[in-house]
Amino acid sequence: MSGTRDTAAVSTPAAALLEVRDLHVRVGGQAVLKGVSLSVRAGEVHALMGPNGSGKSTLAFVLAGRPGYEITSGSASFEGRDLLTLAPEDRARAGLFLGFQYPVEIPGVNNAYLLKAALNAARRERGLTELDAFEFLSLVRAKTQLMHIDESFLGRAVNEGFSGGEKKRNEILQMLVLEPKLALLDETDSGLDIDAMRIVANGINSLRAADRSIVLVTHYQRLLEYVVPDFVHVLAGGRILRSGDRSLALELERRGYDWISGQAAA
Amino acid sequence: MSTVDLDALVKRSYQHGFVTDIESDTVAPGLDEDVVRLISRKKREPQFLLDWRLKALRHWYGMREPHWAQLRYEPIDYAAISYYSAPKRKGDAPKSLADVDPKLLATYDRLGVPLHERARLAGVAVDAVFDSVSVATTFKDKLAAAGVVFCPFSEAVQRHPALIEQYLGTVVPYTDNFYATLNSAVFTDGSFVYVPRGVRCPMELSTYFRINAANTGQFERTLIIADAGSYVSYLEGCTAPMRDENQLHAAVVELIALDDAQIKYSTVQNWYPGDEQGRGGIFNFVTKRGECRGRNARISWTQVETGSAITWKYPSCILRGENSIGEFYSVATTNHYQQADTGTKMIHIGANTRSTIISKGISAGHGQNAYRGLVKIMPSATRARNFTQCDSLLMNEHCGAHTFPYLEVRNSSAIVEHEASTSRISEEQLFYCRQRGISSEDAVNMIVSGFCRSVFKELPMEFAVEAQNLLAVSLEGAVG
Repeated sequence: MSGTRDTAAVSTPAAALLEVRDLHVRVGGQAVLKGVSLSVRAGEVHALMGPNGSGKSTLAFVLAGRPGYEITSGSASFEGRDLLTLAPEDRARAGLFLGFQYPVEIPGVNNAYLLKAALNAARRERGLTELDAFEFLSLVRAKTQLMHIDESFLGRAVNEGFSGGEKKRNEILQMLVLEPKLALLDETDSGLDIDAMRIVANGINSLRAADRSIVLVTHYQRLLEYVVPDFVHVLAGGRILRSGDRSLALELERRGYDWISGQAAA
Repeated sequence: MSTVDLDALVKRSYQHGFVTDIESDTVAPGLDEDVVRLISRKKREPQFLLDWRLKALRHWYGMREPHWAQLRYEPIDYAAISYYSAPKRKGDAPKSLADVDPKLLATYDRLGVPLHERARLAGVAVDAVFDSVSVATTFKDKLAAAGVVFCPFSEAVQRHPALIEQYLGTVVPYTDNFYATLNSAVFTDGSFVYVPRGVRCPMELSTYFRINAANTGQFERTLIIADAGSYVSYLEGCTAPMRDENQLHAAVVELIALDDAQIKYSTVQNWYPGDEQGRGGIFNFVTKRGECRGRNARISWTQVETGSAITWKYPSCILRGENSIGEFYSVATTNHYQQADTGTKMIHIGANTRSTIISKGISAGHGQNAYRGLVKIMPSATRARNFTQCDSLLMNEHCGAHTFPYLEVRNSSAIVEHEASTSRISEEQLFYCRQRGISSEDAVNMIVSGFCRSVFKELPMEFAVEAQNLLAVSLEGAVG
């Protein structure tokens, strides 16, 4: 870990961790992102808000490298590297984590097994030794407690038969274990009751650090009461229509998305 | 190494390693009574066995090759096969591992094949394989102390003719089916196991240790008898690619479990599957059947089928004894142009008999995979139960999965359940794993292993690990 940190410090410290420039993306021939620009520096927490279908999840998927999206123009870089030419697994190993809105079930694949494979892939990338089963377990144990996850959870198949809340907590558990540099959390708050929301928020906050950035994709500002963002952006119709600080989220909550969309049209 | 390289390599090895010397012992192609008599004479068999072979041959003349399976292949010319050939001279084999193609060795390495096993698999002359010989000797001593008989079939014919006469053909009669009948007439060797009353066999019996029968040939015959209260676990085959010059294989395996006895039979089959166009692979027409002859007997078949161009195989259980249990756990993969028509038959005769069928079919490339299963509940099988689960996994849109479950229930107290599913490796699952930093190849292996987990957990520990590696190799490149 410390090795990479030093290298980052030697290069331009003020440079953005994630730099998205005028990104245009089509899905099935339809333009979904129509020129998105976003700059996220180390240590910052950004909230990306917007109505359904505004392109929030598309942006998260495109940054993570999900196949099926046609990038027509624009760029995205991560620590100065061109992100868009990297395979999804290489982006992940470089420290980009996507918390899925709908985590998929993988029958028969042990939750701990997947997580251990993921962690060791990241460790190999960083030039660290792989953890054996015992080392891994002791590392994960502390994190499961923080997430109020029973240890038996680790022995179950990935997301299989998990409740909606369990799936989301499992995503955050994975994030805590993998310690990414950039976490894109796609509607991690949706479908959570207030207790689960607090647990998830605690998990996210525990990872806040000067060398780590978080992008929260959300509909509502509820999560932002627990994880206070440095910046808030409103995405609608495939463009970022407005950026501001935390007060923008509160204003949105009060006035609704029509307020922004209306302004944009005007 | 890509699958293509491996296939090419395996194919080349066949041509290389098996230049046939015309020896006086090799009979001309074709099958008649003289050939059967010759085989029997070469093996110094007692009269009853020759008579039995001849009855089978005469019956076979009146039989037709079955064509009900979901399989397509060029007609087999039975008159072009030579039915007896003396064991190959060792001079043709590589002298040591140094003489073996390094690519083949690399494959063994990937499969995690132990060093002492590699030489044997690569066809190195047996007397050069010192490790394996010494291991096998210790093994034999331990078995002898327990009273377990485990030897080549031909040796058992000499040493235990009474057992052979009593049990041979009692589960798979010589009239059973085209391939089994052919096997009965011309089989050359195989394995024999007898576990005495009340004995728990002290170790897994593996064909690997049956070194005396290196050339069992294409018509293999296996007979396993578990006497009352005994237990045995038998491992057949090997995960590393096996070389063989014969295209047609028609083996017969018979299992007999008496009162309170248990037989666990595990197979990992990895015969040469043919090239990418499906040319030259092994045709595997096997008859495997076990009978729970006594009360509370139990027979479990576990198979991992990854090889052969054609697989025609239905390991079955006749549940005659009251409270007896039959189990079938299967993973069958087909890649390129491989075809598999495999499944099981559970014949419930005794009261309170139970059976479980778990079948996992994986199709990749242009592979075709069929599950064919029969659950038959006879009128006498009061309160019989069956549970069947058939799952198919498709790796692309060119391959196919087919399910043919047959059900005959003649006792109204029976409970029979059937579950089936067909799924694809989803883009979503793959992306999820890759987003966690796992390469797409590892992700596919992980998802496929997860799919097969309920079968793998039935395999003996070491075998399970090998089977998992094997699956990874045989499906390499299956998802782009």
